Amino acid sequence: MSLGRRILIIGGIALALWGMAYGLWYAVFAEHQALETIGGSLTSAFANAADRHLESAHASLGEYRAAKYVYDRQVDVHGHWIGLGMLLIVLGIGLDRVIFSESIKSLLAIAAFAGAVLFPLGVLLQTVDHGNLPRVVAILGSVLMIVSLAAFALGFARARLASK
Amino acid sequence: MVDSGTASLSFSRLGARRLFLLGGVGLIVVGMVFGDIFAVFILHQNASRVGANLAGAAHAALAGDSAAVQSYFQNVGAFLENRGTKVDTHVHMIDFGYLALLLAVLEPWIAFSAGAKRRIAWTFLTGAWLLPIGVFLIHYVGLAGSPFKSIGWASVFADLGGLLALVATFACLAGFWKHQRLPERQTQKDQLLAACVTATPMLLTGGVLLILLGFFGGAYYAAFDLYRHEAQDFANLSDMTSAAAAKDAVTVDRVLNEYGQLQGDKAVKIAAHAHAIEFGLLAMMMAFFQPLVNLSERWRRRWAGILLLGSLMLPVCVFFELQYGLLAGAFADIGGFLVILALLAMWIGILRYGGELESSASQPLGANQT
Repeated sequence: MSLGRRILIIGGIALALWGMAYGLWYAVFAEHQALETIGGSLTSAFANAADRHLESAHASLGEYRAAKYVYDRQVDVHGHWIGLGMLLIVLGIGLDRVIFSESIKSLLAIAAFAGAVLFPLGVLLQTVDHGNLPRVVAILGSVLMIVSLAAFALGFARARLASK
Repeated sequence: MVDSGTASLSFSRLGARRLFLLGGVGLIVVGMVFGDIFAVFILHQNASRVGANLAGAAHAALAGDSAAVQSYFQNVGAFLENRGTKVDTHVHMIDFGYLALLLAVLEPWIAFSAGAKRRIAWTFLTGAWLLPIGVFLIHYVGLAGSPFKSIGWASVFADLGGLLALVATFACLAGFWKHQRLPERQTQKDQLLAACVTATPMLLTGGVLLILLGFFGGAYYAAFDLYRHEAQDFANLSDMTSAAAAKDAVTVDRVLNEYGQLQGDKAVKIAAHAHAIEFGLLAMMMAFFQPLVNLSERWRRRWAGILLLGSLMLPVCVFFELQYGLLAGAFADIGGFLVILALLAMWIGILRYGGELESSASQPLGANQT
């Protein structure tokens, strides 16, 4: 098995397993509480509005906003790690059909794997740090992923042209 | 024991690869048909009920009735649970189908005997069907006849399905790990990955381009819409509660309308992003199996083109659903129908396959079915 294929297939399986393990942990220990906070704070915001307690209503909405911000990102991270892991595996299987030299294919595999790890990691870090660093990590990850995928598309297209 | 002496493709009538492949495509087709039925008959009606109950809660707050607010939000929770089980059924069927296709590709790299791999495939497929059916029934079966306090029989069977699929997947991983540790000369060579027909690079290139389109859509959404949507979501709810507390019914209705538009905008953009990537991945995985689709070269190419056309139409039309309404929705449904049709045609082609690839091992690969 070539280095590029090894990185993509082994890396993809590891990433998918990591994403599933994270999802399992999240479902058992965090999701239920998060959903209760989101639903409860929204209900209490409207109930406080009904009782004309506007300050309490807005405080409850603030709680809802914070909980939903974290919940959306944590669920996204779980789905993206697994999805990107599967994509890496499929790219690894089809690597022989990419018409580039082995060294370029290895480089593309490293870039795709790094992007697949970094993009969800950046999103996850946003739940603990609202500064710019997590966004930079997420953007770097998505750029690596998009650029390497565009290169894979070019490699597959070259194979198609070569087969004509 | 590794069956390295047997046919390299291991695609016998009830071989593991054929089981994974036919079962996987079957799961994806049924999952997509279920998704279509769900979208037409349940999703929109359910969304209307959720919206109506949210409006009810806002108007109850306006009237100062906090007990009614609680009751309306309980209804919202129940409708969301009903929706959630349907979405989970659809998503799990399709995702298990994808996983089955992946395992079908990796099958020659799983270093177990043919019989063991067949048993693993049956275990996986049993679990992959049991879980979504169990999840679908959760809403209807409830706690009827259950010895447990909060878990019904449907949940128990869904969990059992998940466990079976998990065990089978781990068994495949163990076989893959074993294969990695074998000396090169003892490992199976897979003719399928080397075989090439015109539809193979067509689906691979089209699939990667679809995924790229989905990535661009997602990146655009994250850069320009995500934070705006989050801010507007909070602003709308804040305005709604303020207007309700001030007994301003006109503002409550206006903001409810804006909130509904926002949820629609969010839903179509995320769905377009996700569907483009999912269909791209599907096209790429189906590319590897094109030499096994026992149809003429021309028809293989046509079905590959139809699969790609439908895969592009659905997410693009979903994206424009808010601007063009039912027209875009109808074209999105046609796109979904084309994907289902192409998958069914490929499924039938794979069913017809009788081992031509192995028998022509001495001929140039891919030249046997032109």
